[in-house]
Amino acid sequence: MIRRFHSLAGLAAGVIVALMAITGAVLSLQPVLDHLATPSSGSMSVAALAEAVSTQLPGVTRITHAASGAITAYYDAGAGELAASIDPATGNVLGATAPSPVFAFFTELHRSLFLNMNGRVASGLAALAITVLSVSGLFLLANRLGGWRKLFTTAKGTLSQRLHVELARMGVLGLIVSGASGIAMSLNSFGLLPGTDAPMTAFPSNVDGGTPAAISTLSALQGLDLSSLRELTFPYLGDVTDVFSVITANGQGYVDQATGAWLSFTPNGLGQTIYETIYMLHTGQGLWWFGALLGLASLSVPALAITGGLIWWVRRRNQPRLVGNVPARHADTIILVGSEGNSTWGFATTLHAALTQAGHKVHAAAMNSLAASYPAARQILVLTATYGDGAAPASARNFAARLRHFTPVPGQRFAVLGFGDRSFARFCRFAEETQQAMQDLGLEQLLAYESIDRQSAQSFAKWGNDLGMALGHELTLVHAPVVPVTSTLTLLDRTDFGTEVQAPTAVLRFALPAGEVGLIDRLLGRTQALRFEPGDLVGIVPPGETIPRYYSLASSSRDDVLEICVRKVSGGVCSEFLHGLEPGQTISAFIKRNPDFRPQAGRAPVILIGAGTGIGPLAGFVDGNRRHQPYYLYFGGRDPASDFLYAPLWRAALADHRLAGLATAFSRVVGGRYVQDSLREDAANIRKLVASGAQILVCGGRDMAAGVRDSIDYCLAPAGETVTGLRAKGRYLEDVY
Amino acid sequence: MLKKLTAVLLLATAFSVPGVAYAKDATLAIRMTGYQGPPAYLAVYLTKPDGSYDSTLWVAGTQSKYYRHLRGWIRGVSGSGERLDGITGASVGSGRTMEVGITIADALIDAGYTIHVDSAVEHGAENQDDVVLPLTSANSGTVVSGSGYVSAMAVTF
Repeated sequence: MIRRFHSLAGLAAGVIVALMAITGAVLSLQPVLDHLATPSSGSMSVAALAEAVSTQLPGVTRITHAASGAITAYYDAGAGELAASIDPATGNVLGATAPSPVFAFFTELHRSLFLNMNGRVASGLAALAITVLSVSGLFLLANRLGGWRKLFTTAKGTLSQRLHVELARMGVLGLIVSGASGIAMSLNSFGLLPGTDAPMTAFPSNVDGGTPAAISTLSALQGLDLSSLRELTFPYLGDVTDVFSVITANGQGYVDQATGAWLSFTPNGLGQTIYETIYMLHTGQGLWWFGALLGLASLSVPALAITGGLIWWVRRRNQPRLVGNVPARHADTIILVGSEGNSTWGFATTLHAALTQAGHKVHAAAMNSLAASYPAARQILVLTATYGDGAAPASARNFAARLRHFTPVPGQRFAVLGFGDRSFARFCRFAEETQQAMQDLGLEQLLAYESIDRQSAQSFAKWGNDLGMALGHELTLVHAPVVPVTSTLTLLDRTDFGTEVQAPTAVLRFALPAGEVGLIDRLLGRTQALRFEPGDLVGIVPPGETIPRYYSLASSSRDDVLEICVRKVSGGVCSEFLHGLEPGQTISAFIKRNPDFRPQAGRAPVILIGAGTGIGPLAGFVDGNRRHQPYYLYFGGRDPASDFLYAPLWRAALADHRLAGLATAFSRVVGGRYVQDSLREDAANIRKLVASGAQILVCGGRDMAAGVRDSIDYCLAPAGETVTGLRAKGRYLEDVY
Repeated sequence: MLKKLTAVLLLATAFSVPGVAYAKDATLAIRMTGYQGPPAYLAVYLTKPDGSYDSTLWVAGTQSKYYRHLRGWIRGVSGSGERLDGITGASVGSGRTMEVGITIADALIDAGYTIHVDSAVEHGAENQDDVVLPLTSANSGTVVSGSGYVSAMAVTF
């Protein structure tokens, strides 16, 4: 709901909001420049200043004192009014001045787009839009990251998603201040804020009318310090019935030019004072550094508008299209989908098609669309992801509330299938809760609860078999997630390891096909682009198969070679196919980005922990560490004589400081041990590195990763730090298979 | 003298029975010069034969906090207790033309009254008496030029 609102508001107002932000950023420079250009003022009375100015400029009509401290005198030199800037310390004329045409242009563009009233309405709506987008965005972010307390944890996702989140977090406070104060200023310009306007004060009736006294002797002006003056208007030359009009920080009044006494003074109301503060916050006039900060914050808006548009477009492009969806009241099978992105919908579409082909009348809908009852349905199948830290995904947020009004038909059975990522602490939490809620409702179970890790098509196919069994017919679920466009890669060479220790492992290097892919493709996170970094995945479709297998990449596309490290698994279709390849033979492959598995940039150390083929991406990271960030590698293998993968790289990297330290553990030698053991032996060093900001990256099998988690927890326990704590800060990453 | 008395009498009648008789519907047209800055505030008002403030014909610009910059007018109107409802409109931008309908009492025409325009622009100049035009039948439809932000003005009645 909030997401939909946020997207629609962003699409509708993106362009104008970006224009407002850019012009606002330009305008934020004005108070900064004014601040730099204005000489500092001493303490001077308004009487002394006015005397000094009127001596030098006999035709002076008024003196203004801007929030920046700049003093301007307007004088009539016979042919219209001219302006001169005045030294605030001495009252001396510094020279002619004129408002900057550049800032005048941007001011008018910013507040009315040169379209008068309609433009002012548009500008006010833009202020409303940026406020609404900021606030709804904050709620979305808190939801996405699993709560308000986690608002500053590491963002995940594609480049545009991460950029969107990072920029929003930097800018959001400034944008809310700019937007809200902009709304107030817009309302004020339409006269909709009562009490902010200065009242029209009556011209005094008690003017003395005597001979004007010397300005320096006027007592009211003598008692007024320059610092509190806003504007002083001189009486008309030769008109003894005219008066000095004075506006101060506190109000406005009139001063008699003969007696020097205050004739009247009207203090500012509370509304005026509040509005002046709002004005200062929005424009930075009188608070130049704050204005500069707001200007910086608003620079994030154009990028937010572009990345936001891209995110929306990618999501929309991936929207599922169901063929032959039967109305809910006629369907014998109901599929309810809880999806945040659209990946779960992809699985639901596959299931829908397979069940329809098997002769069922199938109705698929979002969990939020749960009906009060499904009179014709024999089975209800719930496929749901979990959002953030155990919350309901977007299309299931109202499910729990609607379930309270749901009446099952006797004999109706259900099954829940959860989708998630095991590296999250609360894996499939929402799916489990849904399972419990359906059980509590008294529905009979068709299948036991199951879960699918990281969109595994294999697990989904297995669940399909079970479902078919329960329904009494064959059911084959062939789910090819985003059907990727594959490229043909040619094997350049291969190096074999580990045959002696029953762990045949090959490092395969493929030539890249020719052809360039533009920046836009990278921003879109397009998976078929053959641009990749170590840690990304290559999907390889073995001949005669439809479901791809993924391998972590050990090279960057900048190396002009695609390198993977593959262990031969007996019975593994793809690994046996790859191990059978000879140089010159080809494979069909595509890239799947894995942007969340990357070493942090900067100077803080990085601890790389890998075993077996998990070493591959880590080798890629070390190879690309040209800035000599301190990388420490913990290597696990079986026998240094047989499967010491990438040994020449480690030697070279230690020599030229791409690698700061290497610890090896081999299991099939005398006194053998695992990488988990060498971590524990090195506990003091690991604690020290983590205390200095180190990030830990782990790559390997599931059992190894679990062992490493235990070891790291053991190492960090004395320091009060945990793997869970580091993970929340983006400092513990896993690539587990 | 008699003429003036008549004028005062007629004026009183015009005010007591507004819009029925003795008042002319007039058209006020103003073209602005091309200047650098936001839309200008304008006050169009009448002064009596003795030069003192009489009444307001039109105000361009709605925020009263800027009215003090229309110096000649604000001095007169601030003590008059006049209501500006219905004779206030939008400020007028550089190079633009404004045309509005106003009402002038018959009795004031050819009675020594004068039309004044004060103009002001944010961060710019304040022009008292940007335009001055005696309210005579002969001047109806005459185009006069201004000395400040007003390029030209004509009042047709």
